[in-house]
Amino acid sequence: MDAHALHPATSTGIPNRKLAIWTFIGSECLFFASLISVYLVYKGKSLVGPYPHEMFEIPLVTAGTALLLFSSLFVVLALNGCEQGNRKKFLGWLAMTILCGFFFIGMQVYEFTHFYHEGLTMQKNLFGASFFTLTGFHGTHVTIGVIWLITIFIEGLKGHVPPAKALNFEMAALYWHFVDVVWIVIFPVVYLMNS
Amino acid sequence: MATSVLDHAGAAGIHPEKTGLWSWITTVDHKKIGILYGASAFIFFLIGGLEALLIRWQLMKPDNNFVSPEFYNQLFTMHGTTMIFLAVMPLSAMFFNFFIPLLIGARDVAFPRLNAFSYWVFLFGGLFLNSSFLFNAAPNGGWFGYANLSSKQYSPGLNMDFWSMGLQILGIASLAAGVNFFVTILNMRAPGMKLIRMPMFVWMSFITQLLVLLSFPVITVALILLMFDRLFGTNFFVPLGGGDTMLWQHLFWVFGHPEVYILILPAFGIISEVLPVFSRKPLFGYTAMVFSGCFIAFLGFGVWSHHMFSTGMGPIADSVFSLATMLIAIPTGVKVFNWLGTTWGGSIQMKTPMYFALGFIAMFIMGGLSGVMHSAAPADLQQTDTYFVVAHFHYVLFGGSIFALTSGAYYWWPKMFGHMLDEGLGKVHFWLMLIGFNLTFFPMHIVGLEGMPRRVYTYPAGLGFESLNRLETIGALILGFSFLVFIANVIKSTLSKVHAPADPWNGATLEWSIPSPPQEFNFPTIPTVHGRDAYWEEKRNHGGKLPEPARVSGAGIHLPSPSYWPFLAAVGVLLLFIALMHHDNKFGPVYIFAAVSVLFFSIFNWVFEPFHEG
Amino acid sequence: MDSTAQAHEHNFPERAGEYVKIGLVLFVLTAMEVGAYEIAHREGVPLHEFLHTALIPVLIVLSAIKFALVALFYMHLKWDGPLLKGIFSFSLFLATFVILALLALFIYLGKFSAIIGPLTGAT
Repeated sequence: MDAHALHPATSTGIPNRKLAIWTFIGSECLFFASLISVYLVYKGKSLVGPYPHEMFEIPLVTAGTALLLFSSLFVVLALNGCEQGNRKKFLGWLAMTILCGFFFIGMQVYEFTHFYHEGLTMQKNLFGASFFTLTGFHGTHVTIGVIWLITIFIEGLKGHVPPAKALNFEMAALYWHFVDVVWIVIFPVVYLMNS
Repeated sequence: MATSVLDHAGAAGIHPEKTGLWSWITTVDHKKIGILYGASAFIFFLIGGLEALLIRWQLMKPDNNFVSPEFYNQLFTMHGTTMIFLAVMPLSAMFFNFFIPLLIGARDVAFPRLNAFSYWVFLFGGLFLNSSFLFNAAPNGGWFGYANLSSKQYSPGLNMDFWSMGLQILGIASLAAGVNFFVTILNMRAPGMKLIRMPMFVWMSFITQLLVLLSFPVITVALILLMFDRLFGTNFFVPLGGGDTMLWQHLFWVFGHPEVYILILPAFGIISEVLPVFSRKPLFGYTAMVFSGCFIAFLGFGVWSHHMFSTGMGPIADSVFSLATMLIAIPTGVKVFNWLGTTWGGSIQMKTPMYFALGFIAMFIMGGLSGVMHSAAPADLQQTDTYFVVAHFHYVLFGGSIFALTSGAYYWWPKMFGHMLDEGLGKVHFWLMLIGFNLTFFPMHIVGLEGMPRRVYTYPAGLGFESLNRLETIGALILGFSFLVFIANVIKSTLSKVHAPADPWNGATLEWSIPSPPQEFNFPTIPTVHGRDAYWEEKRNHGGKLPEPARVSGAGIHLPSPSYWPFLAAVGVLLLFIALMHHDNKFGPVYIFAAVSVLFFSIFNWVFEPFHEG
Repeated sequence: MDSTAQAHEHNFPERAGEYVKIGLVLFVLTAMEVGAYEIAHREGVPLHEFLHTALIPVLIVLSAIKFALVALFYMHLKWDGPLLKGIFSFSLFLATFVILALLALFIYLGKFSAIIGPLTGAT
């Protein structure tokens, strides 16, 4: 394998792809900041119910939050395994990460369906609009992350992700952590900062 | 440039084709992509110019009915949207693409296929936006799409759907390019080219990409909210449902103000390249220029509500934004003085690029002065929504960006195409453009202060607007004609087949050290840089002008292979938005699913393509 | 200038233990967030008065710590150079600024203007 072609020199010493994913993450901070701002600006301004405190099921969301946090731990253990060439560690923890991601999405889907049946739609009031938009886009990001991780898992099974290629997994892992970090903000701001 | 996850199994792959339509569709060469941007942008610029001429023809006399009020609204909306997103930005992109790798001594950008993707998405976005005319539904709510005029209730047709979705498509292109050039500039500089030795055009482009990356997400969100209101019936900007129309304005201008710096900073960069070469003196105050550029970008995020002084934000908000706006005049002034300092004492070469650069300085100063007049909130209450504002932004956007981009075009034309543009015709172009421009836009200061409002299709007789409006229309015709002179120049020069040398201007930077036009691999060997103005330094060390660089075989230099996946992925993006336009059609979900499939299919193949990134 | 090739050879230390500890801390912090929320909503429970008024700052602090832990340790920023730290920090700074500015303009400015307006003689 041509080591030079795989890790060419860059002016900063950081590989292009790693710098790119961090740049993208920086940009995404502004995307979620805008969505969070809209949620906060419209908090308490809905003309009609249902209202947040009537709808939120804190235990369920807390479980989802914990799952997402643990998935960050699992993915970093998986990355560690990948970098060390430890196939079992890599694929095992990656599978756990993907499972957590699935359960988180499942929690969101359940929550959305439940809210819908309780009469909260995007069109109903500002709470519905801003809540579903913010958490919906976060959930979309999680879904894209899960698809990305599954792709890497399959490639890993085929033996196509040796330590020399760990950077591609690192990119996905950074994206995954970012998605978790956004939830670290959304969870208290949306669910817990309620009177 | 790590390879894809797939095994790096001999990426000889596709045999590269150098000519023909297919080679353009599959190109990942930054130079070809630059030319694609330039040609497309110029055509859109002409379309935007035509829209302007129609506006001016309508306003030539009072109570005119050359166009209907409805069509007039489409004209000024599309003129603004086209000029900003489909002309100035992609014209700058032409120079980013062609010259950033050359200026930093690289063979290509960091992500060549992503680069191609950006171009195709831009082109499809521009076509999408303009296709609205075919449905007699061109956007008509202003280029800023204020709520709740943009709501389904007050804009029931497809016009504002074309607008919001068209801009989303363009946003995707810009964000992708933003990541690409940000990484390229940081990571692919030639050995020895520290950041503080980069050409000023690269610095300004770098700051521009940062602005794109941080401001476009905000308008992405604003457009999503608008789309949700229009498509799904949410009430983000619908007052009856509790929505606040001011939220749209804030979100839009948080993006919109950095956007105007995105439009002007590359122009600043071009001027900072042209003035030193044609004054035979290094740029005055390089470090101050870098820091003032950074300061402008930083402050640019703190002034947005100066577009909203008449919306009743209250005295505190008005004061804060007034002060911040006045503050931003300082680093801009620093730049102007440094440009003057560059020419002072220099050996001025009055060639066409220099004419346009000097014209830029004069026109931009005027635009800056009217801008700082706007910054005083009380004064702005009279100026806002009048032609005074139209005068201001045309002085900075046309007198500024377009003059600078034209200067760049004449300066860099020989490098891009291998022949010089005619000097005589160039000077005719300049004078016609300068005179036409000032005749068109200077009187707008006056009619604006006398009360002529913007965005209104006509005006009654007897208010004193007639003669100046007629003058403005004549000016616009002269301005339009000046671009015909440019086109004639391009045709004449292309047909004349007089070949341009590698370094016709005694340039300071690395692009002049390679043949005109450059070979595909740019540099036979990547240069090592020891200071600023790297090519002047090379010539100095050599004791004078260097011999004409030979065209060499380039064997053994690995270049990225062409690919059609970026093009197909862009098609997927376009299909997705077309599908969204049909969302309430019973097949809507099918269309959306099909589009997403095309997109995912293209992305997966792109990622797993045996691609050699050089 | 190419640190990645070297990194590949011997810079992947066994940090698993550290990562697991951070994971547990994150879990505890989340429990504290939820706990603070619950206490703030239950009268008569110890600390209820304090948390009822200070819930928002407490949640901000707790979530900021979680944010920092994931960014610094899981996202490897602690050991990365100033460039990546700078990109993320600047983006966060701007993101925070946008949120605070919009909050100020929509929610708090009215309150400030109501206080300061009469003081300046403005209406």
